[in-house]
Amino acid sequence: MASDRRALLKGLAAAAAAAALPAVPALARQTPSAPSDAVGLLYDATRCIGCRACVVACKEANDLPADTTTYGDGLYDAPAGLNERTKTVIQLYKEGNEQSFVKKQCMHCIDPACAAGCMLGALKKREHGIVSWDASRCVGCRYCQTACPFGVPQFEWSKKAPKIVKCELCRDRLAEGKQPACTDVCPRQAVIFGKREDLLAEAHRRLASEPDQYVKTVYGEHELGGTQVLYLSHVPFEKLGFRFDSTDAVPKVQHLIQHGVYQGFLVPAALYAVLGTVVFRNRGKGSVDGSLTDEEK
Amino acid sequence: MRANAKPIGGRLLTPSYKVILLIAAIGVATIIWRFAAGLGATTALSDGYPWGLWIAFDVVVGTALACGGYAIAILLYVFNRGQYHPLIRPAILTSALGYSLAGLAVAIDVGRPWLLWKVPVMIWRWNVNSVLLEVAVCIMAYVVVLWIELTPALLDRWSQSGQEQLRRRAERIRPSLDRALIWITALGILLPTMHQSSLGTLMLLSGPKLNAIWNTPFLPMLFLITSVCMGYAAVVFETTFSSLAFGLPKDLRILGSIQRVAAIGAAVVVGFRFVDLGLRGVMGQVFQLDLPAILFWIENVLFVLPVLMVAQKRVVSLGSLFRSAVLLALGGTLYRFDTFLVGFNPGRGWHYFPSVPEILVSVGLVAVELAAYIAIVKTFPILSGVRETSPTAVD
Repeated sequence: MASDRRALLKGLAAAAAAAALPAVPALARQTPSAPSDAVGLLYDATRCIGCRACVVACKEANDLPADTTTYGDGLYDAPAGLNERTKTVIQLYKEGNEQSFVKKQCMHCIDPACAAGCMLGALKKREHGIVSWDASRCVGCRYCQTACPFGVPQFEWSKKAPKIVKCELCRDRLAEGKQPACTDVCPRQAVIFGKREDLLAEAHRRLASEPDQYVKTVYGEHELGGTQVLYLSHVPFEKLGFRFDSTDAVPKVQHLIQHGVYQGFLVPAALYAVLGTVVFRNRGKGSVDGSLTDEEK
Repeated sequence: MRANAKPIGGRLLTPSYKVILLIAAIGVATIIWRFAAGLGATTALSDGYPWGLWIAFDVVVGTALACGGYAIAILLYVFNRGQYHPLIRPAILTSALGYSLAGLAVAIDVGRPWLLWKVPVMIWRWNVNSVLLEVAVCIMAYVVVLWIELTPALLDRWSQSGQEQLRRRAERIRPSLDRALIWITALGILLPTMHQSSLGTLMLLSGPKLNAIWNTPFLPMLFLITSVCMGYAAVVFETTFSSLAFGLPKDLRILGSIQRVAAIGAAVVVGFRFVDLGLRGVMGQVFQLDLPAILFWIENVLFVLPVLMVAQKRVVSLGSLFRSAVLLALGGTLYRFDTFLVGFNPGRGWHYFPSVPEILVSVGLVAVELAAYIAIVKTFPILSGVRETSPTAVD
């Protein structure tokens, strides 16, 4: 019996180790690629004049209230960044003679961290790869905010029935055959709408034809696993607030571990079977009914 | 052993109990205010720091400190160490209370709590890739498991009640409950293994926003080991408390060996973290003079001190046991705060320090737990070593 127990404990230790250790590389999942019908935006910072027509159009299209908090006197709708009333914003970077505007909104990641963590799939890549939000599935846990590397999902802190506020690429307008409000109104075509592959081709065309104009990267082509919103700029992207340039999608490491341990729920099921057997065998030997075993007396 | 567990009895509404109730009442009032006024008005949370004290302390630290039931169950049922049996029932009670209140804290923290029921129910909508879903479902299931594990205490009370009807009902239920408890007990070991490690996995989704000191693929393993250490520390607290509050005898030998197990865990964590930092090539980060590095060293000192105390066999009195348990619990607590808040960098311009209502709720929930614990051990057979004559109720 003693050797039986030892074998059981060994099995238990092995199962526990498997549960606690990161997955073996063999279980590495495939890196997702953009859906074939993926649409997105291409924002070219060299063309943007900072008129903020896109910000106003976005608010109108999405029925969002003005954000007059920045100047405190209620005069200007001038959001400083994305917030619960603002799905897109124009920000200014200025240092010495170097300056650039930058438009912020959801990047519609190819492998979005927000959707990876979302318990009931409230945030999910839906039609055209657009990361959209479904109110009926959201409990307001805000894991999406913890996860997003771009600080995009905003929470209606002031509301008692708060929603997640984020750019959904005007999916209602797309359904009507229109383009997103921001690209529709942009007077300089600094931000344009299209299929991701077309936008990517256009971005590379601009890089090739005017190489001195740009930093030699299309931000979003590979960054954080790739995004459906792409950027061209004449100043380094980190100065525009893009903090990360790794090509790994954010959910990658977590997925490796979680899938390694929980794939098909085999490891937990095996661990449970072993635990159940151990507890069953130990019953009557003392511990479960409470009296001491021989060796412990 | 089971027969040894007895209700403490005595007056419940002592002066110090009234103080606990007052703190709990302030917490409950603040919770009502939070639902009336919303999260923005009552918390310091923001779009940069969407998770604050309630998640980091009440849920992540709270459930780890409520791992006493899990930690003792491993020793008792897996390694068949019967001598730990007197500790299991109070440990399960603290776990049940701690986990239940962590669940309550989640309901207070989420913005749309009226939809929480969908998480365990709408299985067809589950995002099986979501670590948070796994944690949530696991914790919900474990709360149920813990209260089932406590039902023998209820049956014992019925048996001891002197009422024939209750006694007979208890005897009728007991055989089938005993059979089911084997599998419930196994579940009670499996579930914490899953969600305590996954609480660490959770923060890996912050990816590059999480400081390299804490951002390791071994986060789940480190969270699991430290949760067991914190569980043992909590058992030492609890035994110290019941020995001081109710004058119960304490078995220093058993507590000492628990403390040794916890110290081994702490030593493994400290050693492993340095190896891991070296392997990931980020050792330099802990030699910078900034807040994350300083807190990293404090974490390690808090883990190493109890290891040294145990190694030098200085843990012999209840006082020194208590001190080393406090150090371990603080180490595990700081490690969790650092992983969830300090090491989490949402970018420039964001700051977080818990608001007064957030603190009042967290303190209030601890008071609720303490009040419930005292009421239950006075009414139900939880603690062993209770003398036959009713002890003088100490406050």
